[in-house]
Parts: sequence; C-alpha cells; structure tokens
Amino acid sequence: MNPSSRDNGAQRRQTVRQVLAHIRRYRLPLAVSVLLALVSVAQTLYIPLLIGDAVDCAVGAGAVDFSRLAPLLLRIALCAACAALAQWCMSVLNNRIVFHVVRDVRVEAFTHVQSLPLSYLDAHPSGALVSRIITDADQFADGLLLGFSQLFTGVVTILGTLVFMLTIHPLITAAVVVLTPVSLLVARFIARRTYGLFRTQSEIRAEETALVDEALAGQKTIAAFSHEEATLAQFDGINDRLEKCARGATFFSSLVNPSTRFVNSLVYAAVALTGALAVIGGTLTVGGLSCFLSYAAQYAKPFNEISGVITELQNALACAARLFALTKEPAQIPDAPDAARLADVRGEVAVEDVSFSYTPDRPLIRDFRLRVKPGQRVAIVGPTGCGKTTMINLLMRFYDPDSGAILVEGRDIRTVTRQSLRENYGMVLQETWLRSGTVRENITLGCPDATDEEIAAAAAASHADGFIRRLPAGYDTVVGEGGVSLSQGQKQLLCIARVMLALPPMLILDEATSSIDTLTEARIQAAFMKMMEGRTSFIVAHRLSTIREADVILVMKEGNVVEQGTHGELLARGGFYASLYNSQFAP
Amino acid sequence: MKRLLPYLKGYGRDCVLGPLFKLFEAVLELLVPLVVARVIDTGIRGGDRAYVVRACLLLMLIGLVGLGFSVTAQYFAARAAVGFAARLRHALFAHLGQLSYAEQDRLGTSAMITRMTSDVNQIQNGVNLTLRLLLRSPFVVFGAMIMAFTVDARSALLFVGTIPVLAAVVFGIMLVTIPLYRRVQSSLDRVVKAARENLSGVRVLRAFRREEEEIRSFQKHSETLDADQRFVGRISALMNPLTYVLVNLAVVLLLRTGALRIEAGLLTQGALIALYNYMSQILAELVKTANLIITLTRSAASAKRAAQTLALPTGMPEHPEISRERQNGDAVRFTGVTLRYHEGGEAALTGIDLSARPGETVGIIGGTGSGKSSLVNLIPRFYDVTDGSVTVDGVDVRAWDPSALRRRIGVVPQNAVLFRGTIRDNLRWGAPDATEEEMREALALAQAAEIVDGKPGGLDYMIEQGGLNLSGGQRQRLTIARALVRRPEILILDDSASALDFATDAALRQALRTLTDTTVFIVSQRTSSIAHADKIVVLEDGRARDCGSHAELLARCPVYREIYDSQFKKEADAS
Repeated sequence: MNPSSRDNGAQRRQTVRQVLAHIRRYRLPLAVSVLLALVSVAQTLYIPLLIGDAVDCAVGAGAVDFSRLAPLLLRIALCAACAALAQWCMSVLNNRIVFHVVRDVRVEAFTHVQSLPLSYLDAHPSGALVSRIITDADQFADGLLLGFSQLFTGVVTILGTLVFMLTIHPLITAAVVVLTPVSLLVARFIARRTYGLFRTQSEIRAEETALVDEALAGQKTIAAFSHEEATLAQFDGINDRLEKCARGATFFSSLVNPSTRFVNSLVYAAVALTGALAVIGGTLTVGGLSCFLSYAAQYAKPFNEISGVITELQNALACAARLFALTKEPAQIPDAPDAARLADVRGEVAVEDVSFSYTPDRPLIRDFRLRVKPGQRVAIVGPTGCGKTTMINLLMRFYDPDSGAILVEGRDIRTVTRQSLRENYGMVLQETWLRSGTVRENITLGCPDATDEEIAAAAAASHADGFIRRLPAGYDTVVGEGGVSLSQGQKQLLCIARVMLALPPMLILDEATSSIDTLTEARIQAAFMKMMEGRTSFIVAHRLSTIREADVILVMKEGNVVEQGTHGELLARGGFYASLYNSQFAP
Repeated sequence: MKRLLPYLKGYGRDCVLGPLFKLFEAVLELLVPLVVARVIDTGIRGGDRAYVVRACLLLMLIGLVGLGFSVTAQYFAARAAVGFAARLRHALFAHLGQLSYAEQDRLGTSAMITRMTSDVNQIQNGVNLTLRLLLRSPFVVFGAMIMAFTVDARSALLFVGTIPVLAAVVFGIMLVTIPLYRRVQSSLDRVVKAARENLSGVRVLRAFRREEEEIRSFQKHSETLDADQRFVGRISALMNPLTYVLVNLAVVLLLRTGALRIEAGLLTQGALIALYNYMSQILAELVKTANLIITLTRSAASAKRAAQTLALPTGMPEHPEISRERQNGDAVRFTGVTLRYHEGGEAALTGIDLSARPGETVGIIGGTGSGKSSLVNLIPRFYDVTDGSVTVDGVDVRAWDPSALRRRIGVVPQNAVLFRGTIRDNLRWGAPDATEEEMREALALAQAAEIVDGKPGGLDYMIEQGGLNLSGGQRQRLTIARALVRRPEILILDDSASALDFATDAALRQALRTLTDTTVFIVSQRTSSIAHADKIVVLEDGRARDCGSHAELLARCPVYREIYDSQFKKEADAS
C-alpha cells in the first residue's frame, strides 16, 4: 500500500468517525430501527417457507390436509402484517435519523461559515460553498438513507436466506451460492467498460455547454458579425460527437439489467433442476421446491442492491468529507476573552506601521501610517484595482494586518469585540447588496427595533423616501430575488438609508456611481454629504470635490499607499497623484 | 409536448422495434411459471428425470433468448432516445439563436443553458425509459392475469380483484407524494437561497453584525426542510409494506381457493405454484411502474419547458411592403423613432430624429436607462422600431438583407465578448479573409498591438472562454480591433472604452479620428470621450433632450452641463 492510499484510508476512517459522532445523538432510534429490520427480514423469509408448507398440504385431489392448511394461512397473513408494520416503522425511523443528521450537519456547516475569516470566503467562490452546504449534504443524506434502509437489511436478508435454504436442502443451496455472485461480476464488468464512455460523454457535454454558454452570452456579437451559421456548424460538430458517444454509453450501461436478469434466470433454472431432481429423489417436497424458487428469485436482489449502495455510500462519504473539511477550516481568530466593547467613539483612528498582504509572496501595504482626528475626511484615490477595498477590509477588521496595528480611540481594534467595532462604522459599498425581503427589513438591517417614524426619517434623509412610497407596497414591498427589481441607484439609496438609520460615528463610503444616472447620482451625493457631517469618513473617492475637500488623501497604486497628504501638498509634490490628477481631471 | 414529436422522425423504426422486443421478452417471462408447473406436474409426479432436465434446459433457453430480445430492445431505445436528444439540442440551439433579442433578454442566459442541457438530458432519459418500460410493465401485469386465466379461470378471478386494489395503492401513494416532493423541492430552494444570499452579502451582514440572526433563520429553513422530507418520506414508505401485505393476503386467498380446487381435482399442485408466481410478478411490475412514472413526470416537465421554448416566436419579421429605394444621402438616419421592447410596455426611445453624414462622428450621452444602447442597437437592426424608421445608406434597415447590412457595420458591444480561440480567430470574425497586415493595422488603431506583442504566440495566443485570461481593458481593445478589421462603413462603440484608462482612451480617440471614411457612433457616460464628436445627442428617458456640438451643448443644455460638471471639468477648469 502506498502512503497516499494509506492516507486516504485514514482520512476515510476519520470521516466515518465524524459521521458516527453525528449519529450518536440518535442511537436509541437507530437501535430500534436495527431491531425492526431483523424482525421484518425474519418474517419476510419465513413466509415463503410457510407458503411451501401450505403447498405441501395440497398434494392432489382428495389429499388436501385442511386442518393443517388453515393455521398456516392465518400465520402467513399475520407474518405479512407484522413484517409490513416493522418495515414501515423502520423506514420512518431511518428517515428521521437521516434527515435530522443532515439538518444538524448543514446548520453546523452554515454556522461555521459565519465565523470563517473573510480571507477564506473571498478565496472560495460562493457557488462552491453553497454546493457543499446543499448538494453535498443532500448526497450525503441519500447515501446514508440508502445505507440504513438497504445495506443492513440486505446483508441480513442474504445471511437469513442462506440459513433458511440450508435448513431445507444444503446441496441446492450450494448451487445458488456458487451462481449468484456471477451476476455481480457481470454488472461490475459492464460498469467498468462503460465508465470510460461516460467520462468521455461528460467531457463532450461540458464542451458543448461551454459553447452554448459562450454563444448565448455573445449572441449580439455573433449576429453583428453574421457568424450564426458558423456557430451552428461548430455546435453540430460537437453535438454529433456527443450523440455517438452517448449512444454507446446509454446502450452499454443499459445492458446491466438484462445481463443480471439473465444470470438470475440461470440460477432459477439450476434451482428448478436440482430441486425437482431432489423431489424425485425424495429429499425435498414440492412445497420446499416452491419455497426454494422464491428464495432463488429474491436472493440476487440484495446483492445487486448492496453493490449499488456501496457506490452510493462511497459517494456519500466523499460528500461528507468535503462538508466536514469545511467545518474544520480554521475560524477567524476569536475576540480576545477580555475584549472590551468599543464605546463612546468620537472617531479618532490611527494606523500604525501596518503591513498587509493577501498572499505572502505578493506584499501589498508596507509600513502604512495614518492619523485621523474625529470628523476628518479621508479620501482614497487611485486607478481601478489599486486595492482600495483592502483599506476597507483592514478598517472593518475583515482582515487583520500582518504587522502593526489599527487603533480606534487609542485602542488596538484587536482588543475590542468585532461586533462593537463594526457597530461604530457605517458602510456603503459600490456593490449594493439587498437581501430578499421587504424594503423595511432591508433598511432595518442594522437596527431591527427601529420605529416606522425613524425608518421614514432615515429614508427621507437619504432621498429614498420618494421612490419607496411609489413602490407597489411602499415600505412593505418585497425586493431582491423574486421581488420588485430596483435600479442600481435605488438600491444604493436603500443602502444609504440603512446606514442613515444607524448613523454610527465613522463611515466607509464608496463613491463609485458609474452605472447611475445623473439625477440619482446627485441625490446620492447629497445624501452622502449629509451623512458625513461631523463624522470621521473614509471615502473611496471619484469626485474631484470630495478629493479636494478631504483632510487627507491616500493615493493608492498596485495595492500600496504611495502618497498621502492634502490636495495642494500632493499636487506640489508632482508625483503619482499629480500625474493621475492631470490625466483624469484636467481638460 | 406534441411539438417535440417531429424530432423522433427517422427513428420510427426504433420506436416500434424497441418496445416490440421488450414485449417479446415479457412474453417469455410469462412462460416461465408454466414451465415450472410442468416440471412439477409432469416431471416430478411422473418421476421423469429426463423431462425435468429438458424443462430446465428450456428455462435456460428462455433466459438466453430473453437476453437477446432485451439487448436488442435496449439498443433501439438508446439509439432513438439519444438521436432524438441530439436533434432536439440542435433545434433548441438554432431556435435560441434566432429569437429576437427582446425574447432572449427575457429568458436569460442561464435559463437557456438549462433548457439545452439538463432539460434535454431529462427528456432523453424519459424517452429511453418510455420505449423500454412503459409498455412492458402493464403488459406483464395484464399478461400475468391472462395467463392465470388460462391456468384456472376460477382462481384467476382473485387476480381481477387484486390488481385494481394494488394499482390503487401504488398510484394513490404516488399521486399524493408527487406534490409533496414538489414542496420538499421548494423548501430546499429556500435553504439554497438562504445560503447563497448569506455568502453574497457576507461583508454587509458582518458589518451589520447579523451572524446570529442569519444562523437562526438558516436553522429555521433547515427545520422546515427536515419536517417536509420526513412527512413525505413517511407516506412514500407506505408503498412497500402495504403492497406486500396486500399481495400476501391475495396469496392466502389463492392458496385457500387453490386447495379447495385441488381437493376437487380441478387444479394441480404445479398449477397452484404457477398462479402464486404470477402474483409475485404482478407486484414487482407495479412497483417498477410507479418508479417509472415518477421519472416520467420529471421528464414531462422538462419536455414542456423545451416545447415552450421552441414555441417562442423567432426574430425579425419580413417587411416586403417597405421600399428598397434609397431615400436619402445620409449614412444613418433616424426618423421619428419610437421603440418599445414589449407591447404596452414603457417606450425605451421616443420620437428620435437623428442623421449622420458619411464620415461624421456622433456622440451619444445620457444616464443609465436613458436609451443609449437601444438607439445604437437599431442600426444593425438588433431590434425593430415600433414606430418611425431607421435608414442605413438611405435604405430602411428592414429592407436590407440582415447579413449584408451587418457586414457594413462594425459593432463593439457594451460587454466585451470574445470567443474561445486564438486572437487571430477572433479577429477573423470581422473579416474572414483578413491578412496579417490588416489585422496588425486594426490592432494598432485599437491600441491593442501591445497586447498581442505581450502574449506568447502573438496572434496565435489562445483566448479562453469568455476571454477570462485577459483583463477587461484588453478585452475591450481586442473587440474594437475585431470591429475595425472589416473596415466598416459604420463603427458603433457602445460604451466600449469604459475599462480603458484615460490615456489609452485618448489615444484611441486620436486613432479613430484618422478613419475619415467611417461614420462613427460613440456611446459613453464620459463627456471627455465624445467631446470631439461632430454631433452629440443627449438622451434622457428615451428622448433626445438636445443635439449639437460640445461647445453648443455646454452653452445651452443643462442636462449636458450637469453630466459634464459631475465629471469634474468645471472644478478642474477653475483650479
């Protein structure tokens, strides 16, 4: 065994242990479920035996033993009822255990995500995380449910059938035992053959999807360059290949069922042959033969099911492993145990010798120093992609600096709770984010207890009141996914109203309004101005007026703060800011 | 759904032969209990070992021939289903490409991709299973009943009673659970939405300290999902136990009736066993049918969506009534143009009059949603006007052959779209027979020469899907080059310099000025990008507020001045 597969083994054991740890809470229902499975399987296997006995009671004309038959029939009915009840209770219990476990795992994963550092969330596409919490958890549930309902009963059925058959006739049992695994081998043989075809199929399918994606997204371009026919021809080329491959994959994979059924029919014939000869030889009754035939017919079923279940379980374990890997991602450094609440903030911020980078091999901010007095405005300027959001990340403590410290009111922000730090900042980003919910819910995101008057006042102050009142249901209009769609500018106004309602002593604003019409832009600007009165503000600035009136301008380039000072000072210096200014703002 | 049937054409033979061979196989399966009955009644009773051996060999032969039949059936079914799916995909793709842009915008790219991929897969699966199983299972159920009648009519009456009860249970449970599973799906969708929304808004949520609240709400959604899943699970878990009890009760009755008939000499022991076996077959087939129907309802939903998509009206209507005569000497002229994307909807453009002489440069400026893109999209006839007319080279665009029209126009769309392939391939979109020199020239004009020079392989540098391995600015410059390669008479730049820095933007403007024969339309939000134009149209809410040169507009158009001011000019001038 090579080291990596040993690692895999260890990892799998680890995953199994974690799964078991989650099931532990439900060990009582689980024990009952196992007991019910035993009861149900025993009854199911007992019934063919009883039916065989009943058949033996009716040998021929005038030779029917009714006195023996009646209690047998009663017993069959009772056993069937008993087995059915046990089976249903077992299913209900299994459902309960599995769906509870999955809910637990899911909530646990989601809860953990809330404490993951933003560096992790920024580095991983949210689609992948959603897929873990949803799809992986689902697949895990499917596998677990199948495992509970079929693996255990399957194994018990196989063993039970063996025992029952052996008690009737050992020789015929041998024939069944030898022949049945052949169907498994055939199934596996076909699966291995089709695996390659399926992989090719999914590759071609991915290729086709990529083309469709590209063509649909670029439809206007295709039309503009009259490229429709060429694109369709390209699509048809892939589509033909897909058809050929899919035909093979679909056909060969659909051979599993007929082939295993063929093997089963061979087993059936063998049992009929050996059984009938045994009856003639006097070592078996006709009822016994009938019983054997039922066993032979159902004996192969659990084998086929188990091989399916094992694949499912492996998949389920892989999904569980991914899910648990997520819950094991190191959480952000928790607030220090003695972390204080940051209170009575006037808005004094100091950045002391901060160095920061997202990846160690690409240093960004180096030895950055800044002092901001209460009520001052700090403008952050620079070309797109210069790392303006990095400043926001550090101030809000979404990320921690690699060295140095950021102080608010003279206190290192790492010594106060994150909650209280963020409470003191109001943030309006360029990418407006609204949750699906009512306008009211969106505005009260920061202060859930705000009164209607306060909400209306905040909306009015941010020039949002007017358009909100014109919405179909006013403040109760549902916005976001599945609701009324708002324009970019309206969304931004709502985000401003949100901050206006809380009105914290420090602000972080992004002025970028590239996709907003002039009138709305003017309103947003007015709302910003009103909000900034007397508050320490950090502004990702795009307007000359903001920049010129700022107390400090931070000029950023390629992730680092390259210059810092007032408009006049920076222009006089004739550095990067001066050239930026001249290219952007000068006529 | 009927709309999809034509795509099965050509597979008629497969659609008949597939189910037919399945039926052959089913007939063989129905013979097995009879053979076993003979083994018991003739072989065992008569002590005839040779007969037993022959009968069992016959059983094996039945198995083998059955295998042959069913493999044949699977082949035809796979061929028909896969072929059908391929044609359907082709039809969908071609159809989607011809939809009017208004329809495409309404559908959305991701929905269109779902139609082409997972929906078609579901349908393929449905067709395959239908051909293989839909006829077979009822056939076996009724066949088993008929065979029971041939064995013993009196006992077979029990089958007549049992089958409807079993069917009622199986289909009843199914009918109850299908809507419940739909409810589970929508609960799951809510959980997905909660997770997705939480991740997309993580910064805002943390800034507003909503972590606890989010966990509580996610937990609530998960609880609901859990409860819904358990509820439907409890009901669908009734299927196996209930049918099991019913079949065994029927078997008990069968054994009792059978015993009485055997006692009276009307039935043999072997025949009784045969009847019992038929009963078991019926149960197995009914359960299979129920599962099949669940799969098929899913396929049917997909088929309905695909059919609806194919039913969407395509593209551009013909307008034979419009004159092909040259009406004016302008390169482009808009006369009283009004455009509504949806009937009864708000007008995107209202009463636009605008003309451009050959070689002129027209700037179009305005806020978001003011109709800038709508206006230029009418020139290559991406949309049809609701009212008024647009002429290119003096001829109404609706009278032009669309590809001849578009060949004269170089469009640089708002979203810089490049396609998988080399830079050379992408440039050739503009002009299939462009020489290397022509390409270099276009690249130089578009300020894109340095991009090509900086890439390994130069013009043969491979662009990934969506141009992901290029920056936004690089993509924009290459799309401009692509439009320039064809030396268009009309060049449309739809806000296509937004990702360029100011210096490059200025250089590009300089270069475009050298194209004296080309009529240029520049859509922009920046006054600096259009200040040099011969004519600037200021759009607001789909109406032309004003039209004139930069200086004229500054002097008289308040909207233009406002835009200009908001972009620092005034303050910069003052400083």
